[in-house]
Amino acid sequence: MDELYVGLVLVPTLIGALAAVACALLGNFLILRKQSLMGDAVSHVVLPGIVVAFIVSGSMSVGPMLIGAAAAALISALLIELVRNLGKVEPGAAMGVVFTSLFALGVVLLEQSETRNIHFDVQHALYGNLESLVWLAGTQAGALFDPEALADLPPQLGRLVFSLLAVCLFLLFFWRQLVVSTFDPVFAQALGVPVRFIGAALISLVAIVAVTAFEAVGAIITIAMLICPAAAARLMTNRLIPQLAWSVLFALVSAVAGFWAAGSGMALLGSGFSVSAAGMIAAVSGIILAICAIAAPQRMGARS
Amino acid sequence: MIDVPAFVNALTFNAGYNTAIVAMGAILLGWAGGTVGTFLLLRQRSLVSDALSHATLPGVGLAFLVMAWFGGTGRFLPGLLLGAAISAMTGLACVEWLTRRTRLNADAAIGAVLSAFFGFGVVLLTVIQSLGIGQQAGIGSFLLGSTSGMLRNEAVTLAVLALIVALLVFYFRRPLTLVCFDEIFARTSGIDIRRADLLLMFLVMAVTVTGLRVVGLILVVALLIIPPVAARFWTDKTTTMIFASGLIGAVSGFAGTALSASVPNLPAGPVIVLVAALLFVISLLFAPARGIFYGLYRARAFSRKVHRRQGLLAILRGEAIYDSDTIKVLKADHYIRADGTPTRTGLAAADNAAREEALWTVYLHDNPDAAYRAARMRLDPIAERLTSDEIAELEKHFAGPPSVSGKAGTGFAIR
Repeated sequence: MDELYVGLVLVPTLIGALAAVACALLGNFLILRKQSLMGDAVSHVVLPGIVVAFIVSGSMSVGPMLIGAAAAALISALLIELVRNLGKVEPGAAMGVVFTSLFALGVVLLEQSETRNIHFDVQHALYGNLESLVWLAGTQAGALFDPEALADLPPQLGRLVFSLLAVCLFLLFFWRQLVVSTFDPVFAQALGVPVRFIGAALISLVAIVAVTAFEAVGAIITIAMLICPAAAARLMTNRLIPQLAWSVLFALVSAVAGFWAAGSGMALLGSGFSVSAAGMIAAVSGIILAICAIAAPQRMGARS
Repeated sequence: MIDVPAFVNALTFNAGYNTAIVAMGAILLGWAGGTVGTFLLLRQRSLVSDALSHATLPGVGLAFLVMAWFGGTGRFLPGLLLGAAISAMTGLACVEWLTRRTRLNADAAIGAVLSAFFGFGVVLLTVIQSLGIGQQAGIGSFLLGSTSGMLRNEAVTLAVLALIVALLVFYFRRPLTLVCFDEIFARTSGIDIRRADLLLMFLVMAVTVTGLRVVGLILVVALLIIPPVAARFWTDKTTTMIFASGLIGAVSGFAGTALSASVPNLPAGPVIVLVAALLFVISLLFAPARGIFYGLYRARAFSRKVHRRQGLLAILRGEAIYDSDTIKVLKADHYIRADGTPTRTGLAAADNAAREEALWTVYLHDNPDAAYRAARMRLDPIAERLTSDEIAELEKHFAGPPSVSGKAGTGFAIR
């Protein structure tokens, strides 16, 4: 195997794939609970969280950033509930009010603080920079077994492995409660399932995954990965576990095909440049959804 | 921080021709967004605008590429806006198609369309960047908007577009209102629901596209969502709400552009949104119709009335009062003394309370369908709620000398 390939292509592809799978697994439940747009809201408010974390801590180090972003996600979820209940506003509008306001606050803080002089801008926050997450040490022979070279792996990789693990553990341990509270919350309540706790845990996990994925691939692809693969999978089958499996497959295909198309694919087309990999992954996931919407066996569900 | 003379200049349209035009445009845009958004909110489709605005990006990119291909500058604003409009309509059609033709719910369709279209748009943006055509700087400003680098003819174009949208909303306000509230009545009055919906979506698209250059495609939805949600706290009437929402939008646009013009590094778009958010918070807390504080005040006033009435009736029955809230209310009104014994005015008020309860009981017996309203009304002095003729009519039920045996000494039974 070509060593350059491992360092410059395989590692970023792996990062994209990990982010996509972690998002897609949670996305299934967001879609079934009609909460898809919580993913949208959460990924938007990550920006103010990161900016505030920078202003408070004064450093671009990862710890404060992750804490700030996760806190912002939870605060926004809380604010949405607050606006909904106190103002008796429909959930969609409440969401729109909260996430646009917080995002605007983030942009203003970003422009007014020192952050704008450092390597951090809104574009970066929106569509990440997957191409730059390469493993330079991995371009040497035998790097896969060299601890020194392994330490040079992009830190995002490790964090994404961690959040994917967290998602899998959550699904494993809370599977029954999650499923029953998703499909029939009233019945779940009657069984004594902590419905509200499960809902809050799901949103918190979405926040954690959104933060780690956001850092690697940007906000927009996070939304695409939360929604598109799961939505496409929903059109493939009526059963939950096959749906999860389909969504993981679609996420993997989007990540791999998207990254390939953005780099090598463009080169094959004869152009001497590459395009945004994150954008391409989102676009591919949209194309997969479009194909499923036209031809998938269960696209009409009970209506067919 | 804020440069006060510059701020005043901007507020009084004296900060230069361009700034004045941009401010006019932002006011009109805020008004148009607020009024269109009201219908969107009432139709419960606020977040469709989010999909629409994100879906404009590929259109902007494609339009730029096409115009650059034909040797143009690629930065020609009307051309970019046309591209944005076409791809926004495509995105909207995709949302409609996904919700109609597949089992997916609206929220999933909106999220999928906005992220996939935006991803494609980002791809096109990077294509434009690597092609190295000059003057691509204008493209990035579609993401978050900018007013500082705006050319004069661009500012005029936007102001005119915003004015047209504002006029269209005014012209079509009646059919749109009808569709929002009573689809069946609207249909029997000869309004084509589908056409009205299409018109609404067209207006939303027009606001979005006009707002792109100023506020940016991520935040332009705020112009359509925040003002109507804020206005909803002030009123229950549609026409008032439309007006209030437009006003909130216009004030946000005005104050936002003025602030942005007078403080360095303060982009107009996010500031406009933050002003709107501030107005929303003020409305949420202080608005008289549905604001939180007024609601709390009303709840407290109601609970005091209940305590007062129940306490007075207890005095009349000679029962001891244990509830500390009731005791507090009665003491504050000097109906009881510190030791809990009723005062002279307390006894009189108790007598009167019994009379009113009795009258209300008769009233409800005669008007059973008023029960819901009366639950609150019966705690107010009856003379404030019923006419003297009505009261006189009710009192006839209690005519005749007060009997010692059956009824209480006041002549009015407590039933």
